Amino acid sequence: MSEIVATRPLASLRLSPARLRAALPFVSLALMLLAIGWLNPRAISYLGFNLMLNLAVPVALATIAQLFVITVNDLDLSAGYFISFIACIAVTTLGDHPFLGGLAIIGSIAIYAAIGALIHLRDLPSIVVTLGMSFVWQGFALMVLPQPGGKAPEWLQGLMGIRIPFVPFPIVAVILIGLVGHIILMRTPYGAVLRGVGGNSAAVARAGWSVLSARILAFTAAGVFGVLSALSLVGLSTAADANIGAGYTLLAIAGVILGGGEFTGGRVSAPGAVAGAVTLTLASASLLSFMRIPPDWQIGANGLILVIVLAVRAAIGRRP
Amino acid sequence: MTALRREFFAKPWIWSFMGAVLVFMVSLAFTGGAGAGGMAVAALSLAAFAVVVGLGQMFVISLGPGNVDLSLPANIGLASAVAMKIMGGSDAWILAGILAACAGGLAIGLANYWLIRALRIPPIIATLSMSFIVQSIDIAYGRGLQVKPPPAFADFTDWRLLGIPVFVLLVIAITVVAAIALDRTLYGRSVLAIGQNMRAAWLAGVKVERIRCFTYGLCGLLGGLNGALLAAYFRGSSVDIGNEYLLASIAVVVIGGTSVAGGRANVPGLWGAALFLVLLQIMLNTFGADASVRLVTTGLVIIAVITAAGGRRQLR
Repeated sequence: MSEIVATRPLASLRLSPARLRAALPFVSLALMLLAIGWLNPRAISYLGFNLMLNLAVPVALATIAQLFVITVNDLDLSAGYFISFIACIAVTTLGDHPFLGGLAIIGSIAIYAAIGALIHLRDLPSIVVTLGMSFVWQGFALMVLPQPGGKAPEWLQGLMGIRIPFVPFPIVAVILIGLVGHIILMRTPYGAVLRGVGGNSAAVARAGWSVLSARILAFTAAGVFGVLSALSLVGLSTAADANIGAGYTLLAIAGVILGGGEFTGGRVSAPGAVAGAVTLTLASASLLSFMRIPPDWQIGANGLILVIVLAVRAAIGRRP
Repeated sequence: MTALRREFFAKPWIWSFMGAVLVFMVSLAFTGGAGAGGMAVAALSLAAFAVVVGLGQMFVISLGPGNVDLSLPANIGLASAVAMKIMGGSDAWILAGILAACAGGLAIGLANYWLIRALRIPPIIATLSMSFIVQSIDIAYGRGLQVKPPPAFADFTDWRLLGIPVFVLLVIAITVVAAIALDRTLYGRSVLAIGQNMRAAWLAGVKVERIRCFTYGLCGLLGGLNGALLAAYFRGSSVDIGNEYLLASIAVVVIGGTSVAGGRANVPGLWGAALFLVLLQIMLNTFGADASVRLVTTGLVIIAVITAAGGRRQLR
């Protein structure tokens, strides 16, 4: 992957393919909105967006969580069941004993940080470790909430039920999420080190930075955004079950890739990832139902969109 | 004696067999020796399923960093439905059903490779996209499918030879063939060469793309075969029949001593690791642990084993 880093300065010489690639996630999203507007003009309205994009908020947060892990060249396959576990805590302990619930959530983020440290210290494949952790979180979720149910705290439901005039709340929320992710990754020294670890961790280490701290930071950030995703999810659903977030692992990875993130090399884009997450949410929930395609094909549509966008990206040129 | 000892410790997969024996002993001590035969047969049968997909995953992972097949669970689910539908409960169609399941799996594997090659994307993303698509096809195709396997096919999973299920012996035979293929054939050596250094292998004249194509196809085919066998064993197909084989296929490869960095594979270790994981589940069952405890323990054990064994490089 070192070639990519080496050719990077060339990007400024041949601007057009690079710009096309960067614009691709937003073009896909615009096309998706156009298709929805064409199929059902009434969906493009204040109420329509509130309904269609509600679930985009937790998906976007889960995507940013995954983005941090992918930035340091790892992959988090436990994200979905982590979100499930936090959701189960949120509808049980958090409402009855806010202090205990908060403590459990902070402890879970600490476990995330520890996993990052373990992966780095023992040089382990993140896929295997996080796959193992997905079983652990799933087990924890079942222990907390053996049967579907529970009740999200009022304040959480209130927060997700906010209606602001003129602009649908989910749109403001996802733009804010993308902006926060962008600022952390692109505008702070920590973000630069994280991306550096993804690009060339040996160089980062030689420059005097601790790769261990960087990886812990990336996993901690993933834990924090995972928690936010779970909280926003139960704010919408009001109840939970142990499998509520199971689909989020793959959805979030797909969102990152759709948003122009490279799988290695620390080349990621937070606004792009959020656009990718919104595109996938719109595709699976709204577009298919407006096209009267049975929900059986929801997951398949996500796969197909992924393939099409990647094909377009390959056609534009792999290395700008 | 020291040479023997060195030989022993040089083979990390022996540990997985020792772990399996240990866990088996603990379960037997708990039950007071009751049900040892039934436990062993159940463990062998369930381990055989993990080994079939583990073999495919092992060849794929051995191709080098980043190579992994995430579409196996969807593939297995679809294959189980295809096999049951083609057989339609009739003994005459058993072979056709198995062949159709294998052909479907092979097609998915080749499509995986085509995506990797044509779109120039990492295998994880290619096989992930493919698994989304295959999963949807399976949901649409196999929903509410209530076809039982033909009586002869279902009975086949109960046939015994010297007390060991015949299909387990068949899987052992497949493993032996795979071990020989890995060590003694051009194909096996090529896979390992690509895993060690793809460019060097290409320069040395290895038909890199042909081998990669064949490997992804093989992995898909074994997934299809596993789907058909599972449907016979569990007396019917289901959409999520393959779900546990995402972790299982990767875990048996890693615990079995195959390098996640590629270029080094270990076939006997697959059996040790599969038996270990299955017997662990059986042990927790005999303890009366509920599903949540079994999940947490399995996850922690996998992390503990990989931590103890240590990795060299990322599976990315």
